[in-house]
Amino acid sequence: MTATEVMTTTIETGTNRQELTTPTIGANILRPDAVDKTEGRFAFSSDLWAESMLWGKILRSPHPHARIVSIDTTKALNMPGVKAVLTWDDIPGNHFFGLEKKDQPVFAHDVVRYVGEPIAAVAATHPEIARQAAEAIEVSYDPLPAFLDPEEIAPADPTVDSTRRSRRDSEQDIFRHISIRHGNLDVQGEVQVEGSYEVGMQDQAFMGPESGLAIPASDGGVDLYISTQWLHVDRDQIAACLALPPELVRLHLAGVGGAFGAREDITLQIHLCLLALSSGQPVKIVFNRQESFLGHVHRHPARMWYRHHALKDGTLVKVEARIILDGGAYASSSPAVIANAACFAAGPYRVPSAAIDGFAVRTNNPPCGAMRGFGAVQACFGYETQMDKLASALDMDPIELRLKNALRTGDTFVTGQVLQGSIPVAEVIKEAASAPLPPHLLDNPLAMPGGAGRCSDTTKLRRGIGFAVGFKNLLYSEGFDDYSTAKCRLDGDTITVICAAVEVGQGFITLAHQIARDVFDTDKIVFSAGDTNEVGSAGSTSASRQTWMSGGAVQAACNRLRDRLLTMAAEELEVSPHQLYIKNGRIVSSGTSVEIPFEALSVNGPIEEFVEYHHEPTYLLDDNGQGDAHVSFAFAAHKAIVDVDPELGLVRVTHISTAQDVGKVLNPIQLIGQIEGGTMQGVGLATMEELIVENGVVKNPSFTDYLIPTALDAPDIYIASLIEQPEPGAPFGAKGVGEPPAISSVPAVVSAIRQATGAPLTRVPVRPQDIVFSADNKRPTADGVLK
Amino acid sequence: MVMSINRPTSLEEALQILADNPEMEILGGGTDFMVEVNYGHRRPVSILSLSRIAELRDFEVSGSELYLGSGITFSKLVAPPLAELVPGLAQAARTVGSPQIRNAGTIGGNLATASPAGDTLPILLALDARVEISSLNSVRSLRINEFITGPKQTVLQPQELITGIRVPLHDSSQEFLKVGTRNAMVISVATVALVIDWDSYRVGCGLGSVGPGPMEALEAERWLAAKIDWGNRRIPLEESALRSFSELVARAARPIDDHRSTAEYRRHAVAVCARRALERASHAYE
Ligand SMILES: Cc1cc2nc3c(=O)[nH]c(=O)nc-3n(C[C@H](O)[C@H](O)[C@H](O)COP(=O)(O)OP(=O)(O)OC[C@H]3O[C@@H](n4cnc5c(N)ncnc54)[C@H](O)[C@@H]3O)c2cc1C
Repeated sequence: MTATEVMTTTIETGTNRQELTTPTIGANILRPDAVDKTEGRFAFSSDLWAESMLWGKILRSPHPHARIVSIDTTKALNMPGVKAVLTWDDIPGNHFFGLEKKDQPVFAHDVVRYVGEPIAAVAATHPEIARQAAEAIEVSYDPLPAFLDPEEIAPADPTVDSTRRSRRDSEQDIFRHISIRHGNLDVQGEVQVEGSYEVGMQDQAFMGPESGLAIPASDGGVDLYISTQWLHVDRDQIAACLALPPELVRLHLAGVGGAFGAREDITLQIHLCLLALSSGQPVKIVFNRQESFLGHVHRHPARMWYRHHALKDGTLVKVEARIILDGGAYASSSPAVIANAACFAAGPYRVPSAAIDGFAVRTNNPPCGAMRGFGAVQACFGYETQMDKLASALDMDPIELRLKNALRTGDTFVTGQVLQGSIPVAEVIKEAASAPLPPHLLDNPLAMPGGAGRCSDTTKLRRGIGFAVGFKNLLYSEGFDDYSTAKCRLDGDTITVICAAVEVGQGFITLAHQIARDVFDTDKIVFSAGDTNEVGSAGSTSASRQTWMSGGAVQAACNRLRDRLLTMAAEELEVSPHQLYIKNGRIVSSGTSVEIPFEALSVNGPIEEFVEYHHEPTYLLDDNGQGDAHVSFAFAAHKAIVDVDPELGLVRVTHISTAQDVGKVLNPIQLIGQIEGGTMQGVGLATMEELIVENGVVKNPSFTDYLIPTALDAPDIYIASLIEQPEPGAPFGAKGVGEPPAISSVPAVVSAIRQATGAPLTRVPVRPQDIVFSADNKRPTADGVLK
Repeated sequence: MVMSINRPTSLEEALQILADNPEMEILGGGTDFMVEVNYGHRRPVSILSLSRIAELRDFEVSGSELYLGSGITFSKLVAPPLAELVPGLAQAARTVGSPQIRNAGTIGGNLATASPAGDTLPILLALDARVEISSLNSVRSLRINEFITGPKQTVLQPQELITGIRVPLHDSSQEFLKVGTRNAMVISVATVALVIDWDSYRVGCGLGSVGPGPMEALEAERWLAAKIDWGNRRIPLEESALRSFSELVARAARPIDDHRSTAEYRRHAVAVCARRALERASHAYE
């Protein structure tokens, strides 16, 4: 069923929300996992345990690019306690996996292509034996030249002569090139601004490391307990590599400690199953932090070049852009990420003409893939910095410039798509921009740049205010049918909702309860993620899609069950189902005092309904990057206030006001949680979060050196406004809210630092030296006056 | 995978055990030790834990000297009375890690680890503190830069324990500034410790994270000591003096480029912090 069909299958009755006895949509309902998580009792995937369980360990490549000359596992196999040592030759099925292209080997065979690539896996009776056994595997390598600079394939700056590039076989080294050609490309702006920008490699930095437990089953299959973002897509990739039918590979969701995109790709799933099947015993793997940083994909680093063309009154006439994403060694979701980066390269603005090229290229750096914001984050840093630059070239207020060009419903996007539904760009801009300013400098020394280090000089601090707006597509794009499935069952007086939508912490289970309560007006509701045989795919917990897609599936399944119960009751009472409604877990007939409790309807056994829910179809982009590729968009704007110590280049993001386009608020606390968390991830990218890769080697794969904001780095976040304009086709009119906060928060913070210092800051994260040694830094003189 | 842990309750017992088993690895608060275990860099077979030795967690004031047991935690240094006795050390301790780390981590462990970024090291150097090292039959006492011989290298011998630190308790101005790329819980990129000792007319200036160990800005110390009007407690604050001092301090730095920062920035940060430390020291007397 598609989005538009959902409502039509419901029997129209007199029920409305005011009549419900339990709070539902729009209420702050306690999360079912809240108490266990805060008290430390929630079982995460790293807490799994089974009788006679073995421990697995993966051996990884130390080279970014090398030929494997030989692998000798004899020593490892002979160690007491070692039960399995597996390499390429031990893979019974498909040797490759991948989300979009099956290009990533389960174990490297002839060549390793990045530092951290798995080569072998071991299972042993103790984690320490497993570690020693992995070390005892002798691999001899013949190092090959490594390709580490994505601009060797495609330079971002179009004036760089591309014939100078050093790599010849570039065709196979481009995961995808998107070329958008829209409008009149000969048009020239009266005012033009140009700039080159760079985004460093951000990591999802979730708390719960990759972990899982595989248990061989007597039917020749395997049960895998795993933290992931999409059970069924994992299942299909695993089954193909194991050469097992999918039904024999049963995935069960284990407690997920955050995801942010990093659990979309397979990491240890196949290794776990191979080890369990080969040893005949349960096998558990928990990555340590370093392995986690090496084992999952990261946000793509980007090099970007932009030229904006505008009339003297600020009207945008054309945007030219080139975006180069470093995809690393394997495709992962690079083709989709670059499509997003290219589609959104011109921002949420009316841009009649555009020439945009996006390249995702292959290097021997760590593979990059999905992360919250998925290509939209990199582009936004580029286009919003350009909008500030344009405002200053025009001598125009940056807010006014943005408002003047803000997209509206009915406008044509750079991909030729005519925008439908709610497009409240001007609203989020106005609301965030007009949010009140916080009081000036606080006198708490810990709340100054440098924080606990107490190195700031209060007399020299400067405060900057920055603003940015951003947006992103909701749900999958370009023809991908990311449907969701849900079952709804009445058994006794209890409603069970079964949906494989992965709860990564975002609160889907709470929402599913709310939706079921809304339909059945009872709090006797149980949610189950089931296993992969019990229920169909729910699609990935990503792309801000589960509230819409799995929320939609759950709502539709509940409605179907409700209709069936009403029909059954109507037959029993010999009335029309339209005269019946549900109240407090009972079916009530309007006008009479007759009531049928739910349990009376399920005396002959459980009653179950099932729904597969699809969104409106989308289409591939054509050769000119034109097409109706996206279902829906969501917008957010941020105003950041940053205190800067220009002499030391240290910053403290003091305050951020934000307005977001949410369609409808379904659960205020969870919504605000997403906004605060996403905004913080943006603050992190703007000010400190970067995996530093030198010669293909990650230099800081630990929380000692991969810095994420602490409480002392966290600004006060003020929700200026939640714009509730219901989105047609979306359940309850609600839009996904997870990703938009992580997008414009980045340029807003950098814009504030720029305003405080005058430094151009074309790269994120901004490092102290970028501020201090910028030629334009308005460094205070001895008497505290700025030059 | 057998591992033994010995948890003596007295110092004497601990030194006896060490004398008999010099291969034992010493465990303080574990905040460095356990990180190494987690990363597989350390695989202890037998451990001597200091956590039950009460005497190592004591401090004592005798005359013009403060004796700090090596097991004193950062949390204890941050709170009175120690924070009032050695405010510069308290400030340095406050910059260490998070509350959990400060509750567990000890000053002895910070010294023994001897990281170039160890945050108490520059201020202990500037305070002219001495590390007391004991074995069953001997006690020796060394200045910080005699104790630390290189990055993560000390003179500590297998049978020895750091038992305490002796800090002169003088009338002094003490400042500590730490620069890091996050506002809390961060490995320092550069630190500056400044002590102006009004009793002994001595200036101490220690630097962290800008050399193989804590660096002593000797020339800057001498220059400043000669400029201070000790009788009238006047610190030179004219622009030229601030500049000279900060330049001399920066000259004592031997920073490197690494993934945390650049040598150029570190040298610059040390210069800025030196100037600010001097300004703060003088403001304290206004
Ligand atoms: C999250 C985190 C943040 C941190 N932040 C900082 C920071 O900001 N600044 C900073 O300086 N450090 C920091 N550290 C490092 C660490 O906390 C300190 O170095 C601490 O002082 C170590 O003390 P400990 O008692 O925990 O030592 P342990 O970890 O127990 O031991 C460390 C080393 O010292 C030896 N040792 C311990 N006590 C003695 C003794 N009495 N005699 C002889 N040898 C001994 C041990 O054998 C071991 O080699 C951080 C650590 C973590 C995990």
